[in-house]
Amino acid sequence: MTEIDESKTLKPTKTERREKFTNLSDITIKPLYTPEDIKDFNYDTDLGTPGKFPFTRGAYPNMYRGRLWTMRQFAGFGTAAQTNTRYKFLLEHGTTGLSVAFSLHTIYGYQADDDEALGEVGKEGVSIDTLKDMETLFSGIDLSKISTSMTINAPAAILLAMYIVAAEKQGHSADKLRGTIQNDILKEYIAQKSWVFPPEPSMRLIIDTIEYCAKNVPQWYTISISGYHIREAGSTAVQELAFTLADGFAYVEAAMKRGLDVDDFAPRLSFFFNSHNNFFEEVCKYRAARRIWAKRLKNKYGAKKSESMRLRFHTQTAGVSLSAQEPENNIARVTIQGLAAVLGGTQSLHTNSFDEALCLPTEKAVKIALRTQQIIAHESGAADTVDPLAGSYYVEWLTNKMEEEAELYFEKIEALGGVIPAIKANFFQKEIANASYKYQREVETRDRIIVGVNDIQLREPCATPLLKIDENVAREQIENLQRLRDQRSNETVQAKLEALKEAAKGTENLIPFIMDTIREYASIGEVMATLKEVFGVYREDSIF
Amino acid sequence: MGEQRKIKVLVCKPGLDGHDRGAKVIARALRDAGMEVIYTGLHQTPDMIVQTILQEDPDAVMLSMLSGAHKALCPVIMDKLKENEIDDVLVSVGGIIPDEDKPFLEELGLKGFYGPGTELKTIVEFVKNNLKR
Amino acid sequence: MDYSDLIQKLLNGNARAVARLITLVENDSEASENIINAIYSHTGNAYILGITGAPGSGKSTFISILTKIFAEEGKKIGIICVDPTSPLTGGAILGDRIRMKDNFSLKNVFIRSMANRGQLGGLARATEDAVKILDAYGCDIIIVETVGVGQSEVDIFRSAQTVVVLLVPGLGDDIQAIKAGIMEITDIFAVNKMDLAGADKKIADIMQMLELGMNYKYKSEKDEDNVALKSNWTPEIVKVNSRTGENFEKLIELINKHRDFLSKSGVMENYRKNRIKSETLQILKHKITKKVEGLISSSPTIDEYIRLVMDKSLDPYSMANLIIKLLGLE
Repeated sequence: MTEIDESKTLKPTKTERREKFTNLSDITIKPLYTPEDIKDFNYDTDLGTPGKFPFTRGAYPNMYRGRLWTMRQFAGFGTAAQTNTRYKFLLEHGTTGLSVAFSLHTIYGYQADDDEALGEVGKEGVSIDTLKDMETLFSGIDLSKISTSMTINAPAAILLAMYIVAAEKQGHSADKLRGTIQNDILKEYIAQKSWVFPPEPSMRLIIDTIEYCAKNVPQWYTISISGYHIREAGSTAVQELAFTLADGFAYVEAAMKRGLDVDDFAPRLSFFFNSHNNFFEEVCKYRAARRIWAKRLKNKYGAKKSESMRLRFHTQTAGVSLSAQEPENNIARVTIQGLAAVLGGTQSLHTNSFDEALCLPTEKAVKIALRTQQIIAHESGAADTVDPLAGSYYVEWLTNKMEEEAELYFEKIEALGGVIPAIKANFFQKEIANASYKYQREVETRDRIIVGVNDIQLREPCATPLLKIDENVAREQIENLQRLRDQRSNETVQAKLEALKEAAKGTENLIPFIMDTIREYASIGEVMATLKEVFGVYREDSIF
Repeated sequence: MGEQRKIKVLVCKPGLDGHDRGAKVIARALRDAGMEVIYTGLHQTPDMIVQTILQEDPDAVMLSMLSGAHKALCPVIMDKLKENEIDDVLVSVGGIIPDEDKPFLEELGLKGFYGPGTELKTIVEFVKNNLKR
Repeated sequence: MDYSDLIQKLLNGNARAVARLITLVENDSEASENIINAIYSHTGNAYILGITGAPGSGKSTFISILTKIFAEEGKKIGIICVDPTSPLTGGAILGDRIRMKDNFSLKNVFIRSMANRGQLGGLARATEDAVKILDAYGCDIIIVETVGVGQSEVDIFRSAQTVVVLLVPGLGDDIQAIKAGIMEITDIFAVNKMDLAGADKKIADIMQMLELGMNYKYKSEKDEDNVALKSNWTPEIVKVNSRTGENFEKLIELINKHRDFLSKSGVMENYRKNRIKSETLQILKHKITKKVEGLISSSPTIDEYIRLVMDKSLDPYSMANLIIKLLGLE
């Protein structure tokens, strides 16, 4: 480093309103940033032209001047028929991509009439048991024309199989399909907790999916490597950045180990980040992510294609930042978070509804959230030029700082033997638990002000109208399932499940076997139970 | 010395929802307030929860639910406690509990209903002040 | 207070009564006295297994599998999981039940978590009392699990007939812990996660240590408590995999072998004598400490002594002798 010219810096003084200013990653923020803070800055190697290595300024050359980000609102509740109606509503109001939220029992691969599903059917997302439900979910929606994102992990391969077969029945071949499955199991062990199988067989299913899609569903994004849930579990922005990219490296390494060429699958990997309240920290997080990923893919994994090095991501505003007190304030929070995602160059965005700390979003709240994106797009001017914050002393310094901090984490993970050993040693879980507790304490001691929560708080009764899920949903879903069992050939289903089980014991790619069971209307619970017999199930440790 | 009545609290996550950040932060805060906290982890069925209460004999039970399953699961848990003649344990449910569900849950004997943004000390005080024994 | 109702229920096999009685002995040593006094004649039937290992060695999963095996044999099992109390706040998080999820559904399994609540042998006392309650409840096997290997764990394990120490390949600290004192109480070393590289290296390390003669439990000439136990048990070593259940039959075999050893070689009787001796010693320490603490915190005589020590007209040793006199213990 070059010497700092003291005359150009500003020292904190006694007149400041706080003893110390830190961001959400506990990085100390100085009173003023000057050229002194980015003395080694090199435009060509640090930033480069947008759409070119190292992609710091953006994934594409003209960014939103060409095409706006996809406004993708995560939605799903009740039965497939109910959610189908909501999708049609969203499409009419200008949504450009669908994003499926599944019911918890589907996420864990239980069918609606399993004991574990009690009280969960259709509550947090749409309840899907079989191909029949998938057909209903997209009835009247042309699957060759939209892109669909499915937030599903442990049973991702099964839901993808259902989607492909449902499209088949609409008359569309798999190569026409566009969309994403989340399929990121590593972050489940780290943060989100909806795992089923142990890490090794889970990784196999993921690599099977990558391999299958590279050949048959070439426009599909096979994993959405997710920092969102890591952040929601209480991590800092730096942890979100580092752990997510580390997961990404682990998938790349596993696929390469399978013998796949990095340039054949890396372009179909995508990312999913959170956008929290600290505006600049979030913007710099996205910029640093692109740069780290590009450098790593090129230098370490030997990617040749530019598309392999280009990190693309979806963003969702931070659910955890929403307050139940004075919920309307959340509209302002979401606006700032959404703007950060756009200035950070996101490819698609979900803005949360202001009432989500209270319940599932109502239609009115969903509409405000979507309108917020449209205001950013069309009124704010933020989308009119590429990476407008570049060159700011603060922004470039903070981008560098986030990259440095992430690299420190990569070294620690490496020292533990990689991501899976680090998961087993509970490294991530401990780091996140500590960060989350620290944050909560800072809020309680008012070292961090959350407006309307620990600062200026007006007590008023909650007047927000809430969306309620009809308790009849579970009954209806279970009846449908029972009817289907009576109609299908249970013998064929058993035979296909048996074939899947045998294949699972070996090393063959399992996706075609799963598709065979789906075509016969095997339920998600049946397929998962078959795989559990071979793979076993994972158990967590308690980490505080 | 080394001999004092400790408050023992069970913190658990019924149902399938995996959002355990809140439950863990609360577990930690209760520990830091000098309590002994049993953390059961995720995906607890009513049977598991009641079995744990039966064996661990906690003074209080904190259920954390964010998925909307409280209306289905809480009555089952409370019924099973009754079956086992357990009536001196404070049972609280927090997470995302809409105001309009609260009378129903209160009727079942549940208390608390703390949601996002509640200060930890409020919850600690609540436990201390509402013990049934 | 009268505990006869609870005790009657306990003897009738009521799980709720077990739970309440354990709470009582945890919180109040006077209650313990009455309770143990009433149930003592119903104890002595359970086989007590102590299990320890460093964090990360997979203890809970290991115990989970053992429990399943015992349960399938039709045995009634009690498990006591001991976790550390935070010295700063006095609180504790007890999280061992998490990985024993499979055992919840087993009707004949009673799991109880306990915090060690600091020092002064209080833990050993409460644990031993809880073990007796489970014994009287009719458990065939009682597993006592602790983290780490401090003095309090060594104390706890005095009540265990067989002590299994769990190690894993790679963790360097656990061997250090052995050197620090666990060797003297270990009967069986189980190397978990045997599929990992380094399992054989870990076994070699243990064997090397055994050759150095560091297993005192049945050999030591010095340790007075153990003199009577001089015999020929060399700690056994077994590789297992808690994830797959591999090699557990071998482990069970070794546990049974040790059990036979205890009964056939006549060691058992000496063992029980020693156990009673050390347990009584613990109780005495506890009682006397309590008395002394009570005295020190509230006696004008002691205040006077302290002033004398401060004036240098008395030294702390002489003051201690005066207190012993005061307590009538001379």
